[in-house]
Amino acid sequence: MATESLERILGEHPFFKGLEEPYLQLFVDCASNVRFNAGETIFREGGDADKFYLIRQGKVALETAAPQRGSVIIQTLGEGEVLGWSWLVAPYRWRFDARATELTRAIALDGKCLRGRSEEDHDLGYELMKRAAQIMEQRLQAARLQLLDVYGSGAGSKR
Amino acid sequence: MMATLSDPMAPSPFRVQGVRKETYDTFTLELLPANGATGFAFAPGQFNMVYVSGVGEVPISISGDPAKPRTLIHTVRSVGTVTKKICQPQAGSVLGVRGPFGSSWPVEQAVGSDVVIVCGGIGLAPLRPALYHVMANRGKYGRVALLYGARTPEDLLYKTELPKWRGQFDLQVEVTVDSATGGWRGNVGVVTTLIPPARFDPENTVAMVCGPEVMMRFTLLELEKRGVPSENTFVSMERNMKCAVGFCGHCQFGPTFICKDGPVFRFDQIQPFFVTREI
Amino acid sequence: MGNPSQSAEPAVLERDHLQSLLDVLSKRGFRVLGPTVRDRAIVYDDLTSVADAPVGWTDEQDGGTYRLKKRADGALFGYTKGPTSWKNFLHPSVVRLWRAKTGGNGFKIEEGAENAGKLAFIGVRSCDLHAIAVQDKVFLDGKYSDPVYKARRKDSFIVAVNCGQADGTCFCVSMNTGPKATSGFDLALTEVLDAKRHYFVVEIGTKQGGEVLGQVPHKPAAATEKAAAERIVAEAAGRMGRTMNTKGIKELLYGNYDNPRWDDVAKRCLTCGNCTLVCPTCFCTTVEDTTDLAGEHVERWRKLDSCFTMDFSYIHGGSVRASNRARYRQWMTHKLATWIDQFGTSGCVGCGRCITWCPVAIDITEEAGAIRKSDKSR
Repeated sequence: MATESLERILGEHPFFKGLEEPYLQLFVDCASNVRFNAGETIFREGGDADKFYLIRQGKVALETAAPQRGSVIIQTLGEGEVLGWSWLVAPYRWRFDARATELTRAIALDGKCLRGRSEEDHDLGYELMKRAAQIMEQRLQAARLQLLDVYGSGAGSKR
Repeated sequence: MMATLSDPMAPSPFRVQGVRKETYDTFTLELLPANGATGFAFAPGQFNMVYVSGVGEVPISISGDPAKPRTLIHTVRSVGTVTKKICQPQAGSVLGVRGPFGSSWPVEQAVGSDVVIVCGGIGLAPLRPALYHVMANRGKYGRVALLYGARTPEDLLYKTELPKWRGQFDLQVEVTVDSATGGWRGNVGVVTTLIPPARFDPENTVAMVCGPEVMMRFTLLELEKRGVPSENTFVSMERNMKCAVGFCGHCQFGPTFICKDGPVFRFDQIQPFFVTREI
Repeated sequence: MGNPSQSAEPAVLERDHLQSLLDVLSKRGFRVLGPTVRDRAIVYDDLTSVADAPVGWTDEQDGGTYRLKKRADGALFGYTKGPTSWKNFLHPSVVRLWRAKTGGNGFKIEEGAENAGKLAFIGVRSCDLHAIAVQDKVFLDGKYSDPVYKARRKDSFIVAVNCGQADGTCFCVSMNTGPKATSGFDLALTEVLDAKRHYFVVEIGTKQGGEVLGQVPHKPAAATEKAAAERIVAEAAGRMGRTMNTKGIKELLYGNYDNPRWDDVAKRCLTCGNCTLVCPTCFCTTVEDTTDLAGEHVERWRKLDSCFTMDFSYIHGGSVRASNRARYRQWMTHKLATWIDQFGTSGCVGCGRCITWCPVAIDITEEAGAIRKSDKSR
């Protein structure tokens, strides 16, 4: 992969759109490139949620262990998506396991550090909360649609 | 074999030549005319009324290749008395067929545009003929994307064809399931999540959508968010049908008869009825 | 069926010669159908003798009310309309579409619908003439035509009767469908009955109508006789029991799918479907496939259906229109609005049968008025 400055990558990512300069630099300072091999665990359910990730390449499965069913994947996230928002909401623990299903490259951001800064600078906190709320909303909508089990069997007419 | 204009309620016999199990409750049937006719011409998106002798008749979309009319292909889900019988044919058994009926996918209008096909569950079955047509005339279209969602990996239709389509360099195929066990290496999530990253130009795209109504509602919202005009979005609707020729009145959807004004509709033309509950 | 031919002038048929009209039609091979009293109502059935007509009867109708009353005179057509309409014969409630034999090579259709022969209708009101024209558009004008309706309609002979009275539920004037029959008949009668005479002024509508009349004793109508007939019809027009404002009614109903009035009528509506049974334009049917025990002989039957049933809109483990509200709204919106976009005319002919035969007296004219008053589309 070609080396690109973290600043440019972050600045272009939809999650950071509209952020003003001093904050963007702060994020760059808290960011680092990471890589996970296929099958590697990124975080486990119950663990401390101190980071979040912008997926640049690859696929991550969010899964949970269900008795008698083994591990059940509830969602996969791919290129351009944000992995993890539990770092911003108490008790700051991961709800699910995250596992790379293929070679995955991402930018990891230090959520714990950003949490601390947000306590001091509420404007920063507000910017973060706005963006996290949007992600949560998307996940909630998608989860609800999954819940409806629209493809479930039922008496049918056409098709 | 057109339903004869003189008696549109009389089926023609078709012999079941082959049955292929797609999922635990869904089967694809290959039918040949039993009375010597040479084939069955249809347009993608149309449907037939399929009759099991003495039992009943149900509307089923045609899911074969319109360029290969020799055999008639139907993918059927076993959910009731009639479909159960259709899915358990005896060797050489005969079904009655009336049709083809209804409007078709806008494969002509889409010439020169990108094409996005979004389907869920068995909704891929009525769209497969459109995909066949587009791929057979590939040069006429821009980018082509197939976005397909199902309940679990076991519920995917056309499991051997999907990877073949995916393997073609000029077709984007994205598949997702609502849930999967750990061994699944593909996407998990609702089909709407496939829309934002799909490769097409919203200002020059024709979108064709088919699936459960709830899924279509959310899909249409997502397409709208990406900027695809509702005049370029087409959906396939479904209602109770008894006659398929506009006489029994059962399939009415607002002012339209789904059997003759549909099942394929341009979305902006039915939008107000689509969002009205219990219509 | 054509418009009254310009050259044929109205004639006069004496009451005593009406039987001759029925006889001529019978001799020409028609099954003659007309009004008769049965089960305390005036229904349409086989009519071979004038004596079986509702001589001296009239009906009193209002919301959820129908009573026969004896008249002071001996008028034959001194009533308005009963629970049956001509759709009983043109669009029968139970009809076999075909029967087939099954065997090794599948199945073979042996016979289609039964031949109903030629039908002659005596006493067709103007509203019912319009209802027939409305159903013609449904069954004959599309890509496919209904062979059952087509066969019965093709040879039908229509003797219309202009109304001399209107009852509490009539509103043909609002719907522009009467009370005077203007087209669609072979012959049209206006009954004139006073102290001295009892006769019919006869208008000829088609060549065949003229031929049939030619075989019945008649004479040209005098100016006074024509005037008497016109007076009678004008009086009926002035006695309508209901009115319906049809201005912009299509847009009105399209814009009021969420009007709370639907909840109001839903509380009253029993979804019994009476309205769909008595309405002369309601055409919805269902299809039943049957077999003998051995599976060797199969048949397909068609039966009248109603959008008020739960089955009607059933797909995927549920009905699309599960609530009373949705089903009543479907019926009324179809009748007054979407029908216009589907077939180019209103589905309603203002006969008022639905008001008379609704057990809880729901009144389509009142509902339309209430929606207009609380119009939510503005």
